[in-house]
Amino acid sequence: MITRKDFEAISNWVEPGTSVLDLGCGDGSLLVNLHETRNIIGYGIENDDAGLLQCVANGVNVIQSNLESGLKEIGDGAFDYVILSQTLQAMKRTEAVIDEMLRVGREAIVTFPNFGYWKHRWQIFNGRMPVSDNLPYQWYDTPNVHMCTVADFDAFCARKKLRVLSRLVMNHDREQPVLPNLLGTLALYRLAK
Amino acid sequence: MIATPQSAHFVEPLPLASGATLRAYDLAYETYGTLNADKSNAILICHALNASHHVAGVYDHEPENIGWWDNMIGPGKPVDTDRFFVIGVNNLGSCFGSTGPMSIDPDSGKAYGANFPMVTVEDWVDSQLRLIEKLGIRNLAAAMGGSLGGMQAMCWAYRYPSRVGAALVIAAAPNLSAQNIAFNEVARQAIMTDPAFHGGAYFENDVKPKDGLTVARMIGHITYISDDQMEEKFGRHLREGLKFSFAPEFQIESYLRYQGEKFSEYYDANTYLRVTKALDYFDPALAFGGDLARALAPATAKFLVISFTTDWRFSPARSREIVKALLHEKKQVTYAEINAPHGHDAFLLDDPQYHGVVRAFLSRVTP
Repeated sequence: MITRKDFEAISNWVEPGTSVLDLGCGDGSLLVNLHETRNIIGYGIENDDAGLLQCVANGVNVIQSNLESGLKEIGDGAFDYVILSQTLQAMKRTEAVIDEMLRVGREAIVTFPNFGYWKHRWQIFNGRMPVSDNLPYQWYDTPNVHMCTVADFDAFCARKKLRVLSRLVMNHDREQPVLPNLLGTLALYRLAK
Repeated sequence: MIATPQSAHFVEPLPLASGATLRAYDLAYETYGTLNADKSNAILICHALNASHHVAGVYDHEPENIGWWDNMIGPGKPVDTDRFFVIGVNNLGSCFGSTGPMSIDPDSGKAYGANFPMVTVEDWVDSQLRLIEKLGIRNLAAAMGGSLGGMQAMCWAYRYPSRVGAALVIAAAPNLSAQNIAFNEVARQAIMTDPAFHGGAYFENDVKPKDGLTVARMIGHITYISDDQMEEKFGRHLREGLKFSFAPEFQIESYLRYQGEKFSEYYDANTYLRVTKALDYFDPALAFGGDLARALAPATAKFLVISFTTDWRFSPARSREIVKALLHEKKQVTYAEINAPHGHDAFLLDDPQYHGVVRAFLSRVTP
């Protein structure tokens, strides 16, 4: 299967033999990866028919559900990790989703495209909405409704008094420790209450 | 695909949940596909309220008599009989060949009639286990069913965990709601208050409570279809204009009467009473103080739970209760909510996403 650097980073954060819930799991490839590399018990939540079908074909446990309406089927603290991979920016009720993640999971792993990336800033400076590899949509057809920067998310965690256990900002496939909010394309956080 | 009905006779008495015992009994069944050398590729199909062991294919001399789940089961179909050995079985208490109220009671030499004992989902599963053993099969690759059949598939998973590798629980519920039981009770009252019912001894009186059975089926039929579907199909359409009479004027009236009367021709009233009771009694969580997760805790099967958005008889919320319990126990479970307009009956229809999910799930079930 395709190795994705963000999957590799997430995999490094996940202890072997734990339980993982992947929200908006798409075709289930992250869960397949975590199962192979970390021997986890994994479940995905996916609302899209095509994604669900691919998950089933990939042998991934998947629950068809709309994330926006909460995780009613899942009890408090049921999972070791709850992952939201590149989906946060498309959530209408962002704060409620993070709250739900930390209700059902011991830790939350959140990844999102960094809106503060210099190319995005440059496009806005030139008077246009940003379009890039990580934000491939035009303003009129984007599923993204809540974009944020690395600095915004840091402030959000501080305001909600969430513990940031790990933070990794990447520029495409490489770690970006210097000026992450300016040079990073993707941000990955591991959070706990 | 040509199907051949078969019958298995069992002499070992079957203890029932009610405390009664069936001294000896027959089970009618059909099989499709080939049992492999390891005898590990068997899938049992459990039927719902009024169906039978004739699940797929047609009979040699009855090319019109197509199995009730033929769109799902057959060569190259989602339940692929080129890979799996599929078994259809008629439940005890039914009226299509397995021992039931119309069968002869060996004690009296007359039809059981009203004396046929109550049977439960657990009793059915116990008898089905004996059937697969008789066929030389120790473990099922999967148990599968819709509605009441889905309850049997679920029951297999918690009652005989080591005997079933996967459970496909479709358009089912963890138990009946008060409203579900209420509909069943109205249907039963329609039968039992029919003057031809004779307390269940109608055969001895050479009559059948057809009117009661017709009304029972009409009530049931309403709950199988969604409000929207009924509106779309029938609306307020009239047959021939208003006549200001009680003859069927609206098309929905004549449709229900036709369905009910057709049903009363071939179905047995004593069977209908018992099968609706089996539905009412099904409640695996009852023995665990209402805790479904504990009831399902012994299961080791991989679950596929499917519901249909417009099913108001066993709504998606009821399937989600099953999923919640399975997730609580960290069981292997997949849940698909199929967007279909047809209501409860959608589980019998050919929907690409529904059939796709079943096909994909079974592709991971290795015989």
